[in-house]
Amino acid sequence: MLDVDIRLSRGRFGLEASFAADAPIVALFGRSGSGKSTVVDAIAGLVRPATGRIVVAGRTLFDTARGINLPPEQRRVGYVFQDGLLFPHLTVRANLAYGARLSVPGEPVVDRARVIALLGLEDLLERRPATLSGGERQRVAIGRALLASPRVLLMDEPLASLDGPRKAEILSYVELLRDEWRLPIVYVSHAIEEVTRLADHLVLLAGGKVAAQGPMSEIMRRRDLAPLTGRFEAGSVIEARVIAQDEAFGLATLAFDGGRLVVPNVDALPGEPIRVRIRARDVALATQPPARASFQNVLAGTVRSIGAEFGALVEVEVAVGGITVVARVTRKAVADLGLEPGRAAYALVKAVSIDRHAVGYA
Amino acid sequence: MPTAAEWEVLALSLKVALWALAVSLPAAIAVAYVLARHRFPGVTLFDAVVHLPLVLPPVVVGFALLVLFGRNGPVGRLLEPLGIVFAFRWTGAALAASIMGFPLLVRAIRLAIESLDPRLERAARTLGAGPWRVFFTVTLPLAVPGIVTGALLGFARCLGEFGATITFVSNIPGETQTLPLAIYTATQVPGGDAQALRLAIFSVAISLAALALSEWLVRRSRRASLHA
Repeated sequence: MLDVDIRLSRGRFGLEASFAADAPIVALFGRSGSGKSTVVDAIAGLVRPATGRIVVAGRTLFDTARGINLPPEQRRVGYVFQDGLLFPHLTVRANLAYGARLSVPGEPVVDRARVIALLGLEDLLERRPATLSGGERQRVAIGRALLASPRVLLMDEPLASLDGPRKAEILSYVELLRDEWRLPIVYVSHAIEEVTRLADHLVLLAGGKVAAQGPMSEIMRRRDLAPLTGRFEAGSVIEARVIAQDEAFGLATLAFDGGRLVVPNVDALPGEPIRVRIRARDVALATQPPARASFQNVLAGTVRSIGAEFGALVEVEVAVGGITVVARVTRKAVADLGLEPGRAAYALVKAVSIDRHAVGYA
Repeated sequence: MPTAAEWEVLALSLKVALWALAVSLPAAIAVAYVLARHRFPGVTLFDAVVHLPLVLPPVVVGFALLVLFGRNGPVGRLLEPLGIVFAFRWTGAALAASIMGFPLLVRAIRLAIESLDPRLERAARTLGAGPWRVFFTVTLPLAVPGIVTGALLGFARCLGEFGATITFVSNIPGETQTLPLAIYTATQVPGGDAQALRLAIFSVAISLAALALSEWLVRRSRRASLHA
């Protein structure tokens, strides 16, 4: 649904981005200055690439070979900017109406009442943007973009100017959009927590080039990308499904391709799909299951590879069923346990290491 | 209270200044927008030409107008068959005033447009609005305080215009004799100081009223954008 292949240069900055994705949420991830905002600006038509092609949902928005360059107002992309960019001279109601009035007749129109209810905007309608909190502003910005009946929603660091609780709130609205609206979303961020929670397809940008792209869980596992991503912390992402909730202990049991996981504080009903990120440093390894230990999660698997690092720490990949768990352990432990590729091993994961931020609703 | 003769001067001055402002404001907004938002070859020269009346002696501007727009001037000759005459008419005084006030209008409006976040205009584009719609629904409303400030400066300049007016359309009572020209005339008559003083006081009163009006308009537009 998204096919981008563009080149441009501005001063000393050159961008060469080529990627294709067919996923509900595509994340453009990279440090500031990596070119991710320029890519979404190009999709929106706010920046004109020197050469290339942009196709969204089967519609060619830009193609130098065919001489196509639709102006932004004809591209039908909803753009949610970092700081909302609501029109300060208009009420929330008029901001929401700005794009709605311009939608093309004959095309399905987004139901205004539904957008307002979904984003909880009823009580804000008569207010001016200057009187809104950061979270409220972003909700209005999302509503305004939706009401223009876009074919794709571009979100450029929509959480960057928000505090923790507001971030979580907007994140759950984004998940709601994806599930309720089935609207493809291109999500730009430099925060790995947001990306792992939301994205299905990850495009990793560095220095104006695509360093890697692919399904999120695959990219997350690749150790070779760690230096490119800065704060990027090695880990594994597991797609799972809630199978039971233990109310007495506040624990949820999740099933995934390879076993079960016990996780605290998951606010989801049995049957719901869920995504869990396990950081490599939270995983310990053993060659036999511990007899009596506090570990709630003991995952039986096979060592797939051992990192070639020379320092005190190495990363070990353990195949558990169809997924791979990454463990960061000392090189001494690898030697003591005699770990080597092909050997059976147990990945030990403390339930408490899987906190609220590591769980997303897939 | 002003006498009948004084009323004539005041009414003519207001007519000339308001017409000058009304005619030059749309053009000033267009020029300010182009200077604030567009880069093109020759932009510096264009900017300099716009600002010329600010730096030239007013008498030179008046003389240039006389040469161009006079009965025998190249532009004046073209316009006369259309019934548009500037020479020695109040319309000429308005033309001189509008040209002298133009750079002040452009400067204030340009500053206002430059201080707008251009990303607001881009956001409007992504919402489906074409460039014209963006201009009238986003740029222009947000520039209102700057436009009001510019209009006040321009109006004051038009009201005080002397050199270009007297050079271009002379000093004809009831036709081109605006407040400054009437004050000047009074000072040239023995014992006319009292008359000059009265006219000066009216001039101050009009300026203060314009200042208060613009202050009120700016506050109102600021309040409108901050509160519901």
